[in-house]
Amino acid sequence: MTRDDLKNQVIDYLAGKLTCKEVTEAITDYLEGSLSFVEWVRFQMHLGMCFGCRRYLRQMRLTIRTLGALPVEPIPPAIRDELIQRFRSWKGG
Amino acid sequence: MEDTPTGLTPEDAKQLRSLRNGDEAAFAALVDRYHSPLLRLAMAFVPSHAVAEEVVQETWLGVLEGLSRFEGRSSLKTWIYRILINRAKTRGVRESRSVPFSPLGASSEDADEPAVDPARFRSTGYWVDHWAEPPGVWDDDTPEKLLLSKEGLAQIEKAIAGLPPAQRKVITLRDVEGLSSAEVCNILAISETNQRVLLHRARSRVRRALARYLEGGDSPT
Ligand SMILES: [Zn+2]
Repeated sequence: MTRDDLKNQVIDYLAGKLTCKEVTEAITDYLEGSLSFVEWVRFQMHLGMCFGCRRYLRQMRLTIRTLGALPVEPIPPAIRDELIQRFRSWKGG
Repeated sequence: MEDTPTGLTPEDAKQLRSLRNGDEAAFAALVDRYHSPLLRLAMAFVPSHAVAEEVVQETWLGVLEGLSRFEGRSSLKTWIYRILINRAKTRGVRESRSVPFSPLGASSEDADEPAVDPARFRSTGYWVDHWAEPPGVWDDDTPEKLLLSKEGLAQIEKAIAGLPPAQRKVITLRDVEGLSSAEVCNILAISETNQRVLLHRARSRVRRALARYLEGGDSPT
C-alpha cells in the first residue's frame, strides 16, 4: 500500500466517502438542519477538506441572501389612497 | 386586557389593536409594508400582472373583513399571506384552462434535476464525483453588487420567474419573503420533505443562473 492509498483510506473513513456531488445535493438539508447527526459530521468533515464545496456553500448562502434583499417598487399613490378610502368605509360601516 | 395569542409579536399585537380601533395610520403602515411584497407573491400564483393586482386588492378586502375575527394564531404577516394565497388559488382555478393551478408537489417538473452541471465533476478515477472545475469565489458583497446593477437584478428576477411553478412558490415564500419552513408547509399544505425538495431545486437553479451571470461558466443542465 502506498502512502497515498493509506491517506485516501483514512480520508474515506473520516468522510464516509461523501462526494462533492453529494454535498451539492445535501446542501439544503444541511442549511435546513435536517441532516442526521452522522450525516452532519460527514458533511462538516468534507467541508473541512474541500475548498470547492466551501465555495459552493458560500455561493448558496450568498444566493439566499440576495433573494432576501430583493427590492420592491413602492406602492403607487393612487392605489394607496384607494385602499385608505376602503379602510375609512370599513371603519364607518 | 387582550388575550395573548401565540403567533403574534408584541408589535403585531399593538398594530392589530390599532387597526381594530380604526387607526388610519396603522392601516397605511400595513399597506406600505405589504402591498408590493403581496403583489410579488401573487405573481408566483397567477398568470398575469393584471390578475395579480386584482388578487392583492381582494386580499386587502379580506384583511378588513377578517380583522375582527383574526385570532392571532399566526403572525400578522403569515395571516395576510395566507389570505392572498387562498384568493390566488381560487383565482388560478377560475382564471384559465391554459395555465392550471397545479397541485403542489414534487411532480415531474422537479424530478431528479442535478443541482450542478455534471460536467463540473470528475467522471472517472478515485476522485469521481469530486469537483473537476470547482465553483468560483464570490465576494461578500455579491448580493449588494447584484441588486444595485440593473442587469444583475433582471437576471435574478428572470431566474425566479423561469422556475417551475411549485418551486417558484416555495422559494418566494421562504427566501424572498422570509417565512419559516413550518409556515410555508402550512400555507401551501405540503409536507416538510416536499417543501425541502422544492426549495433545494429552486435554490440550486437560481444559484446556477447567478453563477452563469457572475462567472460566465457553469452551463445550464
Ligand atoms: Zn467537495
